[in-house]
Amino acid sequence: MSQDPLGLDTFPKLLLHHIRVRPERPAIREKDLGIWQTWTWHQFADEVRTLACGLAAQGFKRGDHLALIGDNRPRIYAAMCAAQCLGGIPVPMYQDAAAAEMAFPIQNAEITHAVAEDQEQVDKLLEILPQCPTLAHIYFDEPRGMRNYAQSQLMSCDQLAELGRESLRRDAAFLETEIAKGSGADTAAMFFTSGTTGVPKGVVLTHHALIDRAAAAAQMEGLTDRDVVLAYLPPAWIGQNIFSYAQPFVTGYCICCPEAAETVMSDMREIGPTYYFAPPRVLEALLTQVSIRIQDLWWGGRKSYDFFMRVANRVGGEILDGRRVAFKDRLLYMLGEIFLYGPLRNVLGMSRVRVAYTAGEAIGPDLFRFYRSIGINLKQLYGSTETSVFVCVQPNGQVKSDTVGPAVKGVELRFTPERELLIRSPGLFKEYYKNPQATAEAKDAQGWFHTGDAGYVDADGHLKIIDRVKDVGRLADGTLFAPKYIENKLKFFPYIKEAVAFGHQRDKVCAFINYDMEAVGNWAEKRNMPYSGYTDLASREEVGALVRECIEKVNADLAGEPELANSQVHRFLILHKDLDPDDEELTRTRKVRRGFIAEKYRTLVDALYGGRDAVHIEAQVKYEDGRTAMISADLKIRDAKNFAPAAARKAA
Amino acid sequence: MRESEISEAKLREHVRAHRIGEVLLSVEGVSLAFGGVKALSEVSFDVREHEVRAIIGPNGAGKSSMLNVINGVYHAQQGTIKFGTGGAAREFHDMDSHEAAELGVARTFQNIALFKGMTALDNIMTGRNLKMRCSFLEQALWLGRAKREELEHRRAVEEVIDFLEIQHIRKTPVGKLPYGLQKRVELGRALAAEPKLMLLDEPMAGMNMEEKQDMCRFILDVNDHYGTTIVLIEHDMGVVMDISDRVVVLDYGRKIGDGTPAEIRANQAVIDAYLGVAH
Repeated sequence: MSQDPLGLDTFPKLLLHHIRVRPERPAIREKDLGIWQTWTWHQFADEVRTLACGLAAQGFKRGDHLALIGDNRPRIYAAMCAAQCLGGIPVPMYQDAAAAEMAFPIQNAEITHAVAEDQEQVDKLLEILPQCPTLAHIYFDEPRGMRNYAQSQLMSCDQLAELGRESLRRDAAFLETEIAKGSGADTAAMFFTSGTTGVPKGVVLTHHALIDRAAAAAQMEGLTDRDVVLAYLPPAWIGQNIFSYAQPFVTGYCICCPEAAETVMSDMREIGPTYYFAPPRVLEALLTQVSIRIQDLWWGGRKSYDFFMRVANRVGGEILDGRRVAFKDRLLYMLGEIFLYGPLRNVLGMSRVRVAYTAGEAIGPDLFRFYRSIGINLKQLYGSTETSVFVCVQPNGQVKSDTVGPAVKGVELRFTPERELLIRSPGLFKEYYKNPQATAEAKDAQGWFHTGDAGYVDADGHLKIIDRVKDVGRLADGTLFAPKYIENKLKFFPYIKEAVAFGHQRDKVCAFINYDMEAVGNWAEKRNMPYSGYTDLASREEVGALVRECIEKVNADLAGEPELANSQVHRFLILHKDLDPDDEELTRTRKVRRGFIAEKYRTLVDALYGGRDAVHIEAQVKYEDGRTAMISADLKIRDAKNFAPAAARKAA
Repeated sequence: MRESEISEAKLREHVRAHRIGEVLLSVEGVSLAFGGVKALSEVSFDVREHEVRAIIGPNGAGKSSMLNVINGVYHAQQGTIKFGTGGAAREFHDMDSHEAAELGVARTFQNIALFKGMTALDNIMTGRNLKMRCSFLEQALWLGRAKREELEHRRAVEEVIDFLEIQHIRKTPVGKLPYGLQKRVELGRALAAEPKLMLLDEPMAGMNMEEKQDMCRFILDVNDHYGTTIVLIEHDMGVVMDISDRVVVLDYGRKIGDGTPAEIRANQAVIDAYLGVAH
């Protein structure tokens, strides 16, 4: 980015800028006791100031790391900024991580101070205290249940703020001096990557990188301080951090923290965000809910929904892109807007959304089209923690469902002969913390970041990602096998929640399926099928047939694609339990860890390929508090019909 | 759900926020009969401040009758009930349920007794009823005092909602809620009355393991956070032994045991009542 003329090269300096320019604009909102409480930039800055001075009084120094563990709460973000004011480095961590997973980052970064949201997080920190001798101070935001804790490391955020107020009274100028010492090249934050493979790595990002990317995207989308964002994903995830910390600091918009995880839907309706981000799985869950409720409608309602959705499917996307459509279709779409699309957007809390992004994994084309066709400007973006998110973004009016758009200003793309994507951008990470070897592997001498993603740039200059370079495999007969591509196709069905496809160096493709409890549960209720739980439903013949139907539709689809016709799913089984990050089967961002699953459920994979029609499984499950238990089940293996490739059919 | 994973036994290891104090409620020689059926005969026990007191016993032992007597729903033919501490203690022969509520006794019911068509929020708000001082007219006209009062009560209710973690069902009619949540709303309503003594009639009946653990956690939290004294009837022995400080055992309307969970576990009369004896 061009050098900022105002010298606003760090987040604390941006904060000072906001209290000069827009002190009374809302910075952050939180729903508390049923009412949205607003913190203006002025109030937010006061909170940051007292926390920062409190931290300084507690011995937090320039270059120290501050662990932040909690949901989206004003205090957590204030603490993030407070650490940066002192030249420290916030390290947000996933609030749903098990205690043992938290030990590594704390040891790795030799963290001395931590801010925890509530008793739950404090308990986890206390549990790993013996392994983390450096951790000397734990501050908690929510005092509930904390009265009986006598550990000397503990202190409430209120007490910390009180300490800060005292030291502010003694030396009011201290903080301004500290803030002025900061520069854009300093480390702003460290994010531990979810680690699809091996131990997590701490990604070090500078103020410059984050501010540059946040500003580039904000400029591209024309974000202003009137925009509103709902912060509902973990703050430890770079995406949420960009949307609820970096970008509001750059543009001055307001972020809103939902009351609880269960209230996100209704909070979103109340707030009406204008700028929205959702990973595909969230969009999928929303669509599933909508579909279920539509199925509960009376006959006429269902019919008119189907009719208007067909209209939207045909012309909605075109209208959003500003292209010309037939007059009749435009009229029908306007009618649909009144009766269906508008109310539907309202129910989803998306009435005011100007810009919506999805990323994290490939999105099913039908799912993507659904949101665009009802008038939500959903766009794909491509990026990762190492690139401060924004690498490619689809510009308004040039949205294609199978690409992620052209490079954002300032980003250069290149490909290796193996089709691996390389990136150079001002937003690139500085290094992996204390891991020069991994840094050297990921970032070469010329500053190109090796993404590990395979793809190419199409004729319009849009980037298309196929799969991970290491995941793209070959079937035994040498044809292409792109597991994620197949899984994504399967997952688009509302009944299928997760799928894991196997086939690399095998003669055929087989798959594990997790059905969607909500959708299938509802489906079963309609058929008066009693069931006791996930495992019980999974064993039902009817559910098996339902899943088979979905798979056969995918097979028919695949048959139409010459390169992938051999990847049709031959056999499948329905797993006895949901794949879960706690069992390490998914990453914290819910990506399937295919290798780990193949290893863990080797008996199942062998049974699939061994031609058996049932298999017994006994497996260990881990609960969130770390306890384990054994469960056992008999799983049926079923065959799915395959279709002749399109070309062959034509020849016949 | 963090509550569900922490075993109750572990919870009890915590240092108590409120020390168990003086006797808050004492029941002396209470007898109750329905015609010829003796539901309770000469039952005496006491409940101390800030304590969790369980009443257990086989079916038909008179547990619910006991609660109903304390609560003023039934009127004992004999015996007295003393409620309150120190100089404020009052003795009753015959308590009226309205009076009991005013004194600070709240309860939940074995069969959920909520207003099914009202939202969780409104249901909990009814728990504040006795604390509302404004006249019907003031409320209808939404005059200054009524408005202030309503806001105050709403705040108290929201705190209960926050405490019981039911924000997401605030505006849902309770009839549509699953059983476990309805039970939680009912607990919320009792809690909204800011009672000194809370009577819980089988708070965990019909719940699955996870719901039970949640409920245990909430009961202990209430006891810990608000210092509310709790008397509960429960069938699940594991739960009773884990969360209560002292246990009374009734059988055929008579008290056959009284003491700490450990004492009750070793009490021969109790074992006989539960397992039966050879005659």
